[in-house]
Amino acid sequence: MTVLPYVVAAWLFLIGLYGIVTSRNLIHLVTCLAVTQSSTYLLLLAIGYQEDATAPIFGDIPMDAEVVDPVVQAMTLTDGVVSVTVSALLLALAVQTHKRAGTLDPNALRALRG
Amino acid sequence: MTELPALAVAVPLAGAAALVGGTLLKRRRLIDAVAVAVAAGVTVICALLLVESTRGPIVYWFGGWEPDNGLALGISFAIDPIGAGLALLAAGLATAALVFSWRYFDAIGGLYHVLLLVFLAGMVGFTLTGDLFNMFVFFELMGVSAFALTGYKVEESEPLQGALNFGVTNVIGAFLILTGLALLYGRTGVLNLAQLGAALQGTEADGLVVVAFVLLVAGFFIKSAMVPFHFWLADAYAVAPAPVCVLLSAVMSELGIYAIARVYWSVFEGALGGQAPGIRVVIVGIGVVTALIAAVMCFLQRRLKRILAFATMSHAGLFVVGVGLLTPAGLGGTAVYVVADALVKATLFLAIGILLHRYGSGDEYHLHGRGRELPWAGLLFVIGGLGLAGLPPLGTSLGKSLIQQEAALLGYSWMPAVFMVASAVTGAAVLRAAGRIFLGRGTRDDSVRTEDEDEETETSGGEGRTPLVMVVPAALFALLSFAPGLIPAFEHSTTEAAHRFQDRQAYQSAVLQGVSPPLPALVEQSSSPLKGLVSGVVSGVLAIGLALAALSWGRLPLALRRAASPLARVLSGLRNLHSGHIGDYVAWLTAGLAALGGMFALALR
Repeated sequence: MTVLPYVVAAWLFLIGLYGIVTSRNLIHLVTCLAVTQSSTYLLLLAIGYQEDATAPIFGDIPMDAEVVDPVVQAMTLTDGVVSVTVSALLLALAVQTHKRAGTLDPNALRALRG
Repeated sequence: MTELPALAVAVPLAGAAALVGGTLLKRRRLIDAVAVAVAAGVTVICALLLVESTRGPIVYWFGGWEPDNGLALGISFAIDPIGAGLALLAAGLATAALVFSWRYFDAIGGLYHVLLLVFLAGMVGFTLTGDLFNMFVFFELMGVSAFALTGYKVEESEPLQGALNFGVTNVIGAFLILTGLALLYGRTGVLNLAQLGAALQGTEADGLVVVAFVLLVAGFFIKSAMVPFHFWLADAYAVAPAPVCVLLSAVMSELGIYAIARVYWSVFEGALGGQAPGIRVVIVGIGVVTALIAAVMCFLQRRLKRILAFATMSHAGLFVVGVGLLTPAGLGGTAVYVVADALVKATLFLAIGILLHRYGSGDEYHLHGRGRELPWAGLLFVIGGLGLAGLPPLGTSLGKSLIQQEAALLGYSWMPAVFMVASAVTGAAVLRAAGRIFLGRGTRDDSVRTEDEDEETETSGGEGRTPLVMVVPAALFALLSFAPGLIPAFEHSTTEAAHRFQDRQAYQSAVLQGVSPPLPALVEQSSSPLKGLVSGVVSGVLAIGLALAALSWGRLPLALRRAASPLARVLSGLRNLHSGHIGDYVAWLTAGLAALGGMFALALR
């Protein structure tokens, strides 16, 4: 087991946050949020991974075969569904913001202050 | 009866699904009626669950996947009185919000009702579940529906920005929770809360467990809007429709705090319990800072919903103090306070809704003196303001005094002062607005704050009379907010529930073995009601005094006003931090996460 996936997951999380903080465009911002989320996919899959193990589908492999953890895969899938919902909603809000305010730049969207 | 726990979530989801089809009919009243009936049904289910759970925890395994030799395989709901009580609160408030919405919006599609029911399902599931990943899923479910409800008025720019700020910060919070639970899963290989607790108890808390704890706490702090994770809250609550604000403010903020209590006592206490004093200092400290900063911000606002948003945040800080004491009495006092405060905030948000419906404005300066024709609405505001201040016999005074007593026992002898300031200042902000709107006191427009804020117009306003379906829920909540203080059994049963909530061994054996040990006899603590009464009266008087001072600011001696001017500069700096810029908020969030990690690393050395 290598630490590489964990390092990459941490990197993705931070680079996503950096993108959100410095973003000048809401579409870009929502995409950065998806980058941050992909760090959780990687983390989950890395936790369940085993060297030389196969996919956990017991159709044509022996019952005592070494398999990777199916629970984290199910969690990743659920996480992915959540991500699609959130991205769709936030993008819809971004599109609507562009229609109303004429801009997608968070620096120009300061209706809510103090 | 045995399937009741599943129904508590299935009914609102099925109702929402049915209403999606129903929206095609374009029969508004039918949709209203079905939505109210579904929410009322969920309320009844939650009430039954609450009654049942007082006899012992209810454990429900989905699909009949019961634990095998004490090893949890399936997904469970594990219901205790505190979880069921919060679910009941959510369902009751959702019902009232739907009744209120009946006449509140002129043109509103059925999707509003669908979203509200999904939101309800998310909140109910979140409070009842006994599984950490399940908790994350319900957290996201209630999050997504709440973002959509906040930005429901897509014709305007403000709700959209509020919803985006709300959405992005809370989704990052969900990622933190997911990362934390993934680490815990990597260590233990389980996700059931009871099983996690069993796996961690007696182990040395190493770096991984502490990091997981920090990530989960930070994620839930974002939901409950603790400083410096709080920026989204005022933006979201200021633009969400008033009936939605009732749910956001009275339940959703509190659920983040509930979740911290839940994961601490069911999962982490076995590994981190030895370092409880260090954890207590960090959590109580954050609660105190939030309570005070938010109280100041609350007093600086002129838009009614923003006043209440910061009041919500300030009081959430006080709840975090109560939970962060990490004792049964602290948690019990918090439970009393949460219920009482929820009723007060619900009253106030519905009262604001009534003003918005009638005048199309929720700004205390625009409404100056216009409320004279609505003395009964003024009464609602006064009850609400005094409720926030915690004046006896309102229920909030009881909850506040219970937490203060426990804090004093643990050596925080200055805590009553914090509670007094936070509750008096938030109460004063509401009373000041009430004085200006309903009595026409104070200046018409404040030269200090001339920035012309665009008024939200979720309703067209200009309604001649206020429909009964809007008055009744508000008045009902105002009356109910006296109940927690006047029913002695309420305090007793919440204390008992809090004791049981913190019994990790009993929770584990109920969930994993299916055996509920008999309840230990409750040691009655000698409470001193007189002390609580005095501090409640003092903060009530303080709130009234502050409100009067603010209303007659222009007539105060010039020297006094001059002396306050350096303060004004500090305050405007504080206001400017709340920039409405999403990048700023996420930067604060990241810094806060690092600071929280550092504090816990020091506290748990």
